[in-house]
Amino acid sequence: MTKSFTRVERPTPPGPLSNALTFGWRAVLKFKHVPEQLFDLVMTPIMFTLLFTFVFGGALAGSTGNYLQYLLPGILVQTVLFNAVYSGMGLSTDLSKGLFDRFRSLPIWSLAPFAGLIVGDFLRHLIAGGIILGIGLALGYRADSGLIGVVGAFLVLLAVGFGFGWCFIVLGLLVRTPTTVMTLGFTVLFPLVFASNVMVDPATMPGWLEAFVRANPVTWIVTAVRGLMDGTVTAGAVGLALLAPAVLALILMPLSLRLYRRS
Amino acid sequence: MAVAARGLSKSFGHLKAVDGIDLDVPEGEIFAILGPNGAGKTTLMRMLATLIVPDGGTATILGRDLAQDPAGVRSQIALTGQFASLDEDLTGRENLILLARLWGFSRAGSKARAAELLDAFDLADAATRQVKDYSGGMRRRLDIAASLIVTPGVLFLDEPTTGLDPTARQKVWRLIRQLAESGVTILLTTQYLEEADQLARRIAVIDHGRKIAEGTSRELKAEVGAGFLSVALADPSRLDAAAALLADSLGHEVNRNAEDTHLSVMVDTPAAANAALSALIEAGFEVTDFEMGAPSLEEVFFALTGRPADDTEGDAP
Ligand SMILES: Nc1ncnc2c1ncn2[C@@H]1O[C@H](COP(=O)(O)OP(=O)(O)OP(=O)(O)O)[C@@H](O)[C@H]1O
Ligand SMILES: [Mg+2]
Repeated sequence: MTKSFTRVERPTPPGPLSNALTFGWRAVLKFKHVPEQLFDLVMTPIMFTLLFTFVFGGALAGSTGNYLQYLLPGILVQTVLFNAVYSGMGLSTDLSKGLFDRFRSLPIWSLAPFAGLIVGDFLRHLIAGGIILGIGLALGYRADSGLIGVVGAFLVLLAVGFGFGWCFIVLGLLVRTPTTVMTLGFTVLFPLVFASNVMVDPATMPGWLEAFVRANPVTWIVTAVRGLMDGTVTAGAVGLALLAPAVLALILMPLSLRLYRRS
Repeated sequence: MAVAARGLSKSFGHLKAVDGIDLDVPEGEIFAILGPNGAGKTTLMRMLATLIVPDGGTATILGRDLAQDPAGVRSQIALTGQFASLDEDLTGRENLILLARLWGFSRAGSKARAAELLDAFDLADAATRQVKDYSGGMRRRLDIAASLIVTPGVLFLDEPTTGLDPTARQKVWRLIRQLAESGVTILLTTQYLEEADQLARRIAVIDHGRKIAEGTSRELKAEVGAGFLSVALADPSRLDAAAALLADSLGHEVNRNAEDTHLSVMVDTPAAANAALSALIEAGFEVTDFEMGAPSLEEVFFALTGRPADDTEGDAP
């Protein structure tokens, strides 16, 4: 430590895109250093897939093969939704540690940290979704619509992840304890995911529950993703699936900005 | 002036965390803000670093107005917060490269800048370790390095050495001095008079969000006294009697610490301290412990305000 400090001037300020990509790189590095996080992301959906397929599959759909065909697209939606909670936890951790103080005192595009968060989320959704799909294929799942349908389904999943992601970004900004973010997140998500058509055809449910399930945005999303992968999708179903994510993003994006600037 | 603040204020609910503070920090100097827990040091620093918006008052940093041109302020400053603002999962090197990229360095330039800083901060050996495995001193050094990717005009350091052992503290002090020599204006906060004394040309003492004194270390000491004698008795019930005797012998007001175990009193010369101690012993007081030293923060506060640092005006009887 004998070196004296020579002055270093600022290089040409980078554009917003460069800043956002740098934050995305941070998300990639996190995968490198904390690969365990993937375990958190895929363990629950894998357990669900295996348990439901082999325990209830025969009873619910006549055979495990038929049931897996029904369940897998729903599990992909569930994976993306639960993933979004983990990303809110990550934000809350960063905020509680003062890391964002440093980012906020830098002369950079003030939204770049969020852009990075979203890049990281997309990566997480793609990796976790890919793993679940891979396991499904190994168990005998077949996407009747082929590659194009799967790509379409994943695009819808990313849109869903993006839209619902803002719920947990807002929660992460409001609540500075990561575990509280998780508890609150799952408290909201569990009823939405279970009282939907992820696992069971709503036609088999009691009337009042069926009404709820049919009005549940998670149901609309699952219908579209399932349709895309089975090759039976309609444009209306996709539109309906994107409604909730679009509304959430429109309302919550500006709210997040306000909360972030204020905090 | 590197920093010029007038009447800066910030309340949280009813609590006035910072209550009308004026500051003038000349360019190229180390300036210390000395205050106990809850004095408002962090709140003041965060306002100056554009992280929270003041309720009242104005400030300019190197001529840029905090309210009118926060982006301009951000381009001139760097803040090393009280709590490490590093990504614990990344390595030290990755943390620095990340920030260098955000500042606009090229890929190669970022790597080179990270390597230079790791070298200058004695962290080259730990460069590829995750920050969560760093010691407190290493973290602190990396955190300061992270503020120097681009040399700032003004560097804010919030309690740079709290929680460090003496060796690590010396290391950080040396760094701070070198930085100041290279022309960076440094505004730091501390709870230690010794730290302010060692590093800073000027010191502002704050308490309950207000500035209660400001001056060079020499000026403050003249107000506070050159040294303090601290005494503990075997029989605490006789503290009052001993205090009377000490006040008589030394001619200064005697302070009792918050735990009611020690008396401390300003002394003008070592001979006077010696005489006072002898007088105590001759009067039959059993002295279990005594110490002569520079005034502690507690004693500075007592001398400046006539009340202990942790006492609030509101709850005085
Ligand atoms: N976000 C906040 N909300 C409510 N009160 C706050 C907030 N931040 C600080 N305070 C309060 O404001 C006062 C000043 O806090 P501050 O953190 O500025 O003190 P400090 O001098 O930095 O103390 P320390 O030496 O403990 O770091 C404290 O009483 C604290 O509880
Ligand atoms: Mg503080």
